Amino acid sequence: MAELRFTKDHEWIRVADGDTYEVGISDYAQGQLGDVVFVELPEVGKTIAKGGQAAVVESVKAASDIYAPVSGSVVAVNDALTGEPGLVNTDPTGKGWFFRIKATNAAEIQELMDEAAYDAFVKSQG
Amino acid sequence: MDKSQGRTSTAAGEAALPPVVTKSGHRALDQSEPLIFEQGVPGRIGVDVAPAPKVASKLGAFARKGEVGLPCLSEPQVVRHFTRLSQKNYGIDSGLFPLGSCTMKHNPRLNEKMARLPGFADIHPLQPVKTVQGALELIDRLAHWLKTLTGMPAVAMSPAAGAHGELCGMVAIWSAIAAKGESATRKRVLVPESAHGTNPATAALLGYQVDPIPATADGRVDLAAFEKKLGPDVAAIMLTNPNTCGLFERDIRKIADLIHKAGGYFYCDGANYNAIAGRVRPADLGVDAMHINLHKTFSTPHGGGGPGSGPVVLSEALAAYAPLPYVVHGKDGFRLVETKEGAAQPFGRLKAFNGQMGMFVRAMAYMLSHGADGIRQASEDAVLNANYVQARLKDVMTPAFGGTCMHEALFDDRFLEGTGVSTLDFAKAMIDEGYHPMTMYFPLVVHGAMLVEPTESESRESLDTFIDTLRHLAAETKKPGAADFFHAAPRLAPRRRLDETRAARAPVLRWKPPATKQAAE
Repeated sequence: MAELRFTKDHEWIRVADGDTYEVGISDYAQGQLGDVVFVELPEVGKTIAKGGQAAVVESVKAASDIYAPVSGSVVAVNDALTGEPGLVNTDPTGKGWFFRIKATNAAEIQELMDEAAYDAFVKSQG
Repeated sequence: MDKSQGRTSTAAGEAALPPVVTKSGHRALDQSEPLIFEQGVPGRIGVDVAPAPKVASKLGAFARKGEVGLPCLSEPQVVRHFTRLSQKNYGIDSGLFPLGSCTMKHNPRLNEKMARLPGFADIHPLQPVKTVQGALELIDRLAHWLKTLTGMPAVAMSPAAGAHGELCGMVAIWSAIAAKGESATRKRVLVPESAHGTNPATAALLGYQVDPIPATADGRVDLAAFEKKLGPDVAAIMLTNPNTCGLFERDIRKIADLIHKAGGYFYCDGANYNAIAGRVRPADLGVDAMHINLHKTFSTPHGGGGPGSGPVVLSEALAAYAPLPYVVHGKDGFRLVETKEGAAQPFGRLKAFNGQMGMFVRAMAYMLSHGADGIRQASEDAVLNANYVQARLKDVMTPAFGGTCMHEALFDDRFLEGTGVSTLDFAKAMIDEGYHPMTMYFPLVVHGAMLVEPTESESRESLDTFIDTLRHLAAETKKPGAADFFHAAPRLAPRRRLDETRAARAPVLRWKPPATKQAAE
């Protein structure tokens, strides 16, 4: 499985195919949110700037925005989450992916944290 | 200070005895109640109605094909059904209701008496104006006192709730910006993380881009971050003060000056005005628009007990954009202005008629019975009570921020660390102790938040009993086996722990008759 990169907002991203990337939320994020009950996915074709709002995840505790880790356009969404939002809890970095984005500037991904740096970041958040 | 009443329904008693299962499903006089659709028998009816005469239907394809599907019960069955349901309700008249951010304060009975006076209760908004002079005078007087208390020059009375008031204020801001020809450029609204959740929703509804401002470690707006976000594209800031952490935004005057300097407007969410009414005038803080929840600050019932009412006070810059209609006083008495000529055009109406008249009467009764000194004391007592709760719990629970609070005491879940008990479990255990839980997991900026708003309504004894209960529960979390005990709560409620996840993921929003019967459409 390709290497994961993380944002400070707890999204992960990894190469899916060429300049297309898969995006989801981290295991830490799903743990903090609690049981996910609804996911609002972006429309395919939507153009989002890095850090722009891409999706909404709603848990029993709260609703949170999911931001695009890189700039690009949405090429696919994980429709399975509509019927089974719990996939975000059970398999956050696998079957619980949110959307695929075609990056316009692949260099942006290098600015994100690798797994070790993200783990350290999460620890520093207490 | 343990004042346990020694009732056998305590957890210890439950452990010693097998769980009680009754044949009827009732628990003593707490009656189990099915849905009204699950009761009765087809054809049963409380009154005799003559059979409908045979007529040729002209409905064609629109004619109903199935049964209407109304419940079929006698009058005493209906009376019992709704009485039982009402007895299951927990409200401010039942006990302490510490739901933070909601301000569940006592609704004085005098308000109710006044609202039922025939001259207020039995009138209609379409009556000739000369027959409702008293009602219009009351709206005008209430408007006068809202302006006096806030120091603001104008007020829109018609918004029907807090978020409706936000919409009113933000549309006024939008209109003022449009009048200056800046609609195309001012597209961003700044909303601090410590603001109410409805604020970003209101801004988004108007098509603004919502830009969050982070909070500082002490729970307030990060002034430096705010300054960096200012620019010619900013339409407004929407700030809640006191904020959702129950803290006074002490930089509010600076924030107002900075947003004005940048050409933007200052919307203040006044949902927490009950902490400062009579002490602070929002006009002195540089506010351009602020809604006042009559159903919070001025004690009108809410939360199922009555409609909200959210008048919006407006600054000189926005006064011209108040929605229609409004009451004016001339030599022929009071009248409603329903259309407006001139350059500054208001954006029309927000509501079919003139506002929540019944709530205006209650709020006016509250104001007149309290007086200026009483309103000030209510605010002070609300703040005192919250600080009393925080001070008496801070050694066993963990206040989210240091120092004194305003009208809400906010705790995080650090005191539960390592116990296996979550904020949710703690709240469920409160139900067994006879308390409606406090607001949980909000505000989001605080981990496992528990937001307690006791309001000024509670007596010292009532607060002490509540505090002693929370102290007891906090101590229980530290005992061996605590996690199992708390995960099993509530034990004594009519229903045990509900599957909230399933309820949210697969909600059953509509009752369907058993498969053998025809579906009612």
